[in-house]
Amino acid sequence: MNTTALLALDALLVFSLLSLAVAALATHDARRSVILFMAFGLVLAVAWGRLMAPDVALAEAAIGAGLSGALLLAAVHEQPRRALSGDSRPGHNRAHSSFKVALEWAVTLLCVAVAGVLAWALAAAFDRTPKDVLAQAVSDNLAASGVSNPVTAVLLNFRAYDTLLELAVLLTAVLGIMAMGPERRGYRAAGPVFDGLVGWLVPVLILMAGYLLWVGAHAPGGAFQAGATLAAAGVVLRLAGQRSAGLPPWRLLHLTVAAGVVMFLAVGLSLLALGRPFLGYPPAWAGALILLIETAAMLAIAATLVLAFLGGRPAESHLNFSKEKRQC
Amino acid sequence: MLTAHWLYGMSGCLIVALGLRTALLHAVLLQRLIGINVMGAGVFLMLIAVAYRGPGVAPDPVPHALVLTGIVVAVSATALALALGRRLSAEQDDE
Amino acid sequence: MIDALSSLFIVAGLGFYLAGSIGLLRLPDLYSRLHALTKADNLGLGLLTAGLALHAQELLIALKLILIWLAVLAASAASAHLIAQHVRRRETSS
Repeated sequence: MNTTALLALDALLVFSLLSLAVAALATHDARRSVILFMAFGLVLAVAWGRLMAPDVALAEAAIGAGLSGALLLAAVHEQPRRALSGDSRPGHNRAHSSFKVALEWAVTLLCVAVAGVLAWALAAAFDRTPKDVLAQAVSDNLAASGVSNPVTAVLLNFRAYDTLLELAVLLTAVLGIMAMGPERRGYRAAGPVFDGLVGWLVPVLILMAGYLLWVGAHAPGGAFQAGATLAAAGVVLRLAGQRSAGLPPWRLLHLTVAAGVVMFLAVGLSLLALGRPFLGYPPAWAGALILLIETAAMLAIAATLVLAFLGGRPAESHLNFSKEKRQC
Repeated sequence: MLTAHWLYGMSGCLIVALGLRTALLHAVLLQRLIGINVMGAGVFLMLIAVAYRGPGVAPDPVPHALVLTGIVVAVSATALALALGRRLSAEQDDE
Repeated sequence: MIDALSSLFIVAGLGFYLAGSIGLLRLPDLYSRLHALTKADNLGLGLLTAGLALHAQELLIALKLILIWLAVLAASAASAHLIAQHVRRRETSS
């Protein structure tokens, strides 16, 4: 590709990222800050695409920009205007007491120092020729890993233990969220336009999630992107007035949220019982085991993200299969 | 060492510093959470810049996996922080 | 020939995006700004995908691009409607 064109694209992307970050962080209006942050996430997804990281681009667009933005917007929506605009302590923020100004300058200098240290470390890392030990190990063992997408191989096979712990972190977060209190207020029932959109959008999103899960073995995709797409379907349902947001009923919900960790542990411990190392897949079965774990992980991630959007413990009466779309 | 490495890596460092400043100084919880998320985005930029190998060459997949994990953990931590903030403001309103 | 046509489509699409952005900044009213934005979404993206689809290696990729355009069309129409409805409700109730 033409190098000057690529350079122009790089310059434009970096400039957009920096200006969006500054704009999102400098404003005092919370809603404006959240929307600028969502735009920042989307431009970041384009940057990932340019840096040849399509899996990360998919995840950033779905989770980093979409679901994160929805979470923050829901939080902004339920607070009274006064508390969020930063003027809740009138006069206090505007008081130019010398201590406050000195503190701000000190923190700014600290941040400049942090940036300097990071830049120096990065430059030192770039100066050495890359040894590529890990990348070499991945490409050497890719054929025996059961999948042909190297990122999926690293996530679900070579560093499967890290992914297990990450799913445990998700589980902990969702348990904390459910323990904090009841869910947020629901939304009114959708009018005909939104209803029509939801009617075909949710099945398409479910189909896309299944496709992303399947294709993750040999192309960009995988459990995280599929789980985020499924969570997007749940969020859209919730916004259209469906209180249950597509979540399964109470007992099944507990199992679904824990499914990722449970499936990982089940596979790992059975392999241990068979005499292999923990999560050491036999090469002939690796593809099937990875797909099994990814399916459970997708369901767990989707349920976790929808519960995160709900903001708390869902009311038990709302979690059943009856058609209660018009109730609020 | 490619220009892309410099451009994206250095802007990643800058974005981390910007996010850190807001996370430390701002008065409102929501903006501090956005600052922490922006710090995370800066770190991801640095990681993916390090993993980039050039226009036609396959990139290093290990930092990609790290960033993927990081994105999911960041969103769940943000959700927990928002739930904590919500509960905190409910407690403050009660007293 | 394909290159020239594709470039023409892409430049035309960018022109619509430019018009949409200027409309967002300069138009006085929320409703007219929504109108300008949806122009960028519909025609701008449509011309852009037409230009890109001409360059696609196989028919399947071109069809996927068209599918993306249709999905964005429906989503932007629905969200413009929802935003306008919300603002209208707030105006008439206050």
